[in-house]
Amino acid sequence: MSRKLPKKDVVIVGLGWTGSIMANELTDEGLDVIAIERGPWRDTPTEFPPNYAQDELRYRIRHELFLRPEQTTFTFRNKMDQTALPIRDWGSFMPPNGVGGGGVHWNAETFRFLPSDFVLKTHLTERYGASFLPQDMTIQDWGVTYDDLEQHYDAFEYLTGTCGTAGNLSGQIQEGGNPFEGPRSRPYPNPPQKQPFSHTLFAKAARDLGYKPFPQPSGNMSQAYTNPLGLHLGPCTYCGFCEWFGCGNYSKSSPQTTILPFLIRKSNFSLRDNSEVIRIDLDRSGKHATGVTFVDTGGVEWEQPADLVILSAYAIFNVHLLLHSKIGSPYDPAANTGVVGRNFTHQTISSVNGFFDNKKFNFNPFISSGSIGMCIDEFNGDNFDHGPHGFVGGGYMGQVQTNGRPIQSTLVPPGTPKWGAAWKSAVRDNYLSTVKPGTGVHGSFYSYRDVYLDLDPTYKDRFGRPLVRLTIDFHDNELKQNVFLTDKFAEIIRAMGAHTVDKQYRKGPYDSTDYQTTHLNGGAIMGTDPSTSAINRYLQSWDVPNLFVMGASAFPQNPGYNPTGTVAALAYWSAAAIRKQYLKNPAPLIHA
Amino acid sequence: MHRARKPLILICAVAVWLSGPGFSGAANPDAQAFDQIEKGHYLATVADCYACHTVPNVGKPFAGGRAIETPFGVITSSNITPDADTGIGAWTDEQFENAVRKGLHPDGSRLYPAMPFPAYTKMSRDDVLAIRAYLATVEPVHQPVNSNTLPFPFNIRAAMRAWDALYFTEGEFQPDSHQSPTWNRGAYLVQGPGHCTSCHTPKSLLGGDKTSDNLRGFNLQGWFAPDITGDTNQGLGRWSEADITGYLKTGHNRLTAAIGPMTEEILNSTSQYSDSDLNAIAIYLKSLPARQDATTAQAASPVMTVGQAIYRDQCSACHGIDGHGVAMLFPSLAQSSLVHASDPTTAIRLVLRGGRSVATTAEPTAPGMPSFGWQLNDDQVAAVLTYVRNAWQTAAAPVSAETVGRARDQLRTRSD
Amino acid sequence: MKRRDFLAGTAILVLSTMNSRATVISGGLPWTPNAGSPPVPVRPGPWHYFTSDEGHAVEALADRIIPPDPQTPGGKDSGCAVFIDRQLAGPYGRSDGLYTRPPFMPGTKQQGAQSAKGPAASYRDALAALDKYCQSKHQGKRFPELSDQEKDDLLKGLEDEKVKLEGVDGKAFFAQVIKDVQQGFFADPLYGGNRDMVAWKMIGYPGARYNYLDWVDRHNERFPLPPVSIMGRTDWSPKT
Repeated sequence: MSRKLPKKDVVIVGLGWTGSIMANELTDEGLDVIAIERGPWRDTPTEFPPNYAQDELRYRIRHELFLRPEQTTFTFRNKMDQTALPIRDWGSFMPPNGVGGGGVHWNAETFRFLPSDFVLKTHLTERYGASFLPQDMTIQDWGVTYDDLEQHYDAFEYLTGTCGTAGNLSGQIQEGGNPFEGPRSRPYPNPPQKQPFSHTLFAKAARDLGYKPFPQPSGNMSQAYTNPLGLHLGPCTYCGFCEWFGCGNYSKSSPQTTILPFLIRKSNFSLRDNSEVIRIDLDRSGKHATGVTFVDTGGVEWEQPADLVILSAYAIFNVHLLLHSKIGSPYDPAANTGVVGRNFTHQTISSVNGFFDNKKFNFNPFISSGSIGMCIDEFNGDNFDHGPHGFVGGGYMGQVQTNGRPIQSTLVPPGTPKWGAAWKSAVRDNYLSTVKPGTGVHGSFYSYRDVYLDLDPTYKDRFGRPLVRLTIDFHDNELKQNVFLTDKFAEIIRAMGAHTVDKQYRKGPYDSTDYQTTHLNGGAIMGTDPSTSAINRYLQSWDVPNLFVMGASAFPQNPGYNPTGTVAALAYWSAAAIRKQYLKNPAPLIHA
Repeated sequence: MHRARKPLILICAVAVWLSGPGFSGAANPDAQAFDQIEKGHYLATVADCYACHTVPNVGKPFAGGRAIETPFGVITSSNITPDADTGIGAWTDEQFENAVRKGLHPDGSRLYPAMPFPAYTKMSRDDVLAIRAYLATVEPVHQPVNSNTLPFPFNIRAAMRAWDALYFTEGEFQPDSHQSPTWNRGAYLVQGPGHCTSCHTPKSLLGGDKTSDNLRGFNLQGWFAPDITGDTNQGLGRWSEADITGYLKTGHNRLTAAIGPMTEEILNSTSQYSDSDLNAIAIYLKSLPARQDATTAQAASPVMTVGQAIYRDQCSACHGIDGHGVAMLFPSLAQSSLVHASDPTTAIRLVLRGGRSVATTAEPTAPGMPSFGWQLNDDQVAAVLTYVRNAWQTAAAPVSAETVGRARDQLRTRSD
Repeated sequence: MKRRDFLAGTAILVLSTMNSRATVISGGLPWTPNAGSPPVPVRPGPWHYFTSDEGHAVEALADRIIPPDPQTPGGKDSGCAVFIDRQLAGPYGRSDGLYTRPPFMPGTKQQGAQSAKGPAASYRDALAALDKYCQSKHQGKRFPELSDQEKDDLLKGLEDEKVKLEGVDGKAFFAQVIKDVQQGFFADPLYGGNRDMVAWKMIGYPGARYNYLDWVDRHNERFPLPPVSIMGRTDWSPKT
């Protein structure tokens, strides 16, 4: 039997980026807001201070900041005719846990999507014809446009002090920026980060090949910055312990550095940590949320009643909660009915490593940051003619090497033994003169009928509830896209002066043990049609109007960029609709 | 239910001139004399009655019961709400003034100088009675408090008679006719209601002010409240007036961040001073002469080398390779008076335990410093502190490993 | 009551449930002294997990995976076996935090490890099988007693699956040992391997540093400062 807590106006499930943004917006509206976070409170001087944060074994190899699979995990299979088995230890993605969520240990790569990404189905059909698209590809238009979101991208970039060079200012293409980006209303709030040696070398090689390289938009500060809430960030010191790690000196944008100190002082905001929401509670009609039920670490169940529920638990956990709360009809891939779990996507990542003459090149790879890098966008989205190539989609590519942490940076040329004296001397000879971009090719992953989420029939979590089951594999479209992109990337690496170029294509089957970013998307997608989307264009649930679902679970397919900028822009967009329309008249904002 | 903040600054525009030294106003304020009450509210904020007379976070305002650490033991603050039984509701104006300005309790016993009557004595009678008028309007709380919590022999209040004879000079502030009204206002605030001397003036063994070293720093509650005279390295010599007002108002300025007990003082008190009062304080403090510096011992070269290595490897992450920090975020060690203080207690404490600076509405970031006590031994802490005190065209006495070791032991039993 | 700003430390209230770490936070950022969880360095000494024979075997394996040479010690002298021993004795060895519920069924390579056995148990079983194999094939000698050539041949055989160990997947075991040895070699010395930062010195990695602002623009120059561990370096103590 749950213990009932005093009612709040708003309950927010999960205090990561979107939870923090929504809490700040809705408290500004005068509402009484409580956030409930599954994981622990986290803050810079205590959880990731710069005297022990720089520990590769602890935070990268043993991934201490991340969710423990024991607390929640998923099962996985490639195809529908296989038996899914538990992901017992993380591999291809690593879910966050704790206050700040992924915002604590992300790279801080802060991209916008292309205008065409938001109307992908319409755009590709118009350009190439419907039969150009694979039959089982289920891409959709989003229901919002880039223009709808532009001011909200801007808001997030100024909140976080994004460092970059604008490529398109109100339609005018700018030198040094990304010429393919959608128009922005004003420049970035900060200049781009300084680029280390190998990154500038990549840019030069790319330029010589006729591309237009630009600095990766970075949420690691290029200089001290004060954001609109009055919070100060310090300059990034290129420590090379960025992604996977918390930032020790207030120079990476995160909820901790850009929102929480301001938010926590508001008398109408409070948060509960170490409290896991297990269900969104509904009234008897099933069409109205009455609040949430959560469990603390002592196993005690509590009920937090609220008038408005914001689900901001991270994409796949959002879907998990919707399924367990019986909100929305679960997706059935065979019948092609239902919405919760459909259009699940990840990312198509590959890279090319370059080995250079160590007498001529010293890259000091340890001097870096999480979103350093020089990139080109010529092969992203529909920025090039796909007609001759027989696939759709693409991605940015670049020398985006973020670190020289030794356990993971001891690359040796292909053919070198994996152990012994030859291995040892190869490591010694190559460490300082190797280019290891990491997510060098950051390709899109479009949606398919047989790539989806549902509940596993066998495996359970510690509450006895079925785990979410991932059915996911690469399709020919993405694999073809990746060969094309990787080959292009390799040309640039070679043009940098590498004597050996080692292409690492992304090959199928999708491997749950091989890390490929934690950009999991879809499963509760937004759209204009309730039969193929779980939420409307304002992220409001079609089924339960006082529930809004944030995060990348809204993406109908995944473009070739990092998701956070768009995740945040959608949150601001949704918050604006809640503040201006919903609160005045709590009801469905769209009548389908 | 959330009451909006009262616009204290607007009201104070009037209150400032009413409360200047030498102005004689009405003798017996009544509850409807709201200008008197507002003036009293402002002065109570300046004098920060709230901080000592309220248990933090959970206590009712001014109801007492807060345990206050003194060098002689823990003393408990009294209930100054208007409750007739357990508060001061039954006191006359005379009795209230005697308590605040003379350290005398109505029952004839003497107050300990934890109640800073040696400073409050400088307040004018009108100002004190205005505070009384304000206190008369706060919620009466029935809460008996036993203030006799000091250990023997300090619990013998009669001994205060001798102490008062030695260390207490009663009397209102006398303006200096050679100085401007603004300077005098600043002096009045610092010496009187602001009671800065209570923490920043060194004390004798018996806790009396060493007036010849006024405001040159004092070690209490495990912190060193620094020199706030004009000394370049240890005091406010490098601070502009804007640095001083910014610090008092927001807890931060381009050089440093408030930490330790000063954070409470800023939150409860100085952040709510009027801009003109802050300006007056800045003018007064900037006028205080620097001490004649004794030649400081040269920091030995091997210690500096070790200190530099530790600094570069660790501290530079936030405080910068050149020791200048990041304005409003990480204090500038090169220019920090606190770092160069003759008594390095605060610097040692911060390195060993870490700390959180203050969050105010103007400056909400409240960055924190991590603890290094688990990582650096006493020699290493001593070396890196000696280094930062001497590295960048500044000088201060080296810090010894023994000093660090003693501090580490004392800090072990503290919970703050 | 006028809502006051409170110092962060006073703003934490603890939920009134038993045995719960959940807290309610409002009003300010929490702070307590000495909070956080700094690492605990490995102390030299007897094995925490391995038996004496197991320890010797892992040392010998480490010395073939990373052989000693005149410039840089090998896996054994750099402490890789100590690293593995301490890791297996701790949460990693026990699979703490992993999902270990049944049923356990073999799956595809893409589905990852599905064994009920954690690393500690796996090492014990595999080292026993290796021991048994050596003794039977090499006239009673244990792995450490073989010649370097014999060791290398055996290990290559495990890689190629030409050498089979009884009851364990020898190829998977050797891959695991390579991974653990190499991780121990390059991890912070506080974990027991990379003694005196020999691995970091070998490759030119400056260690647990945090500020390179004065070096970002210095392209193609050798970084001059020596490596430093989270627990410091010799320059943090005076030269005697």
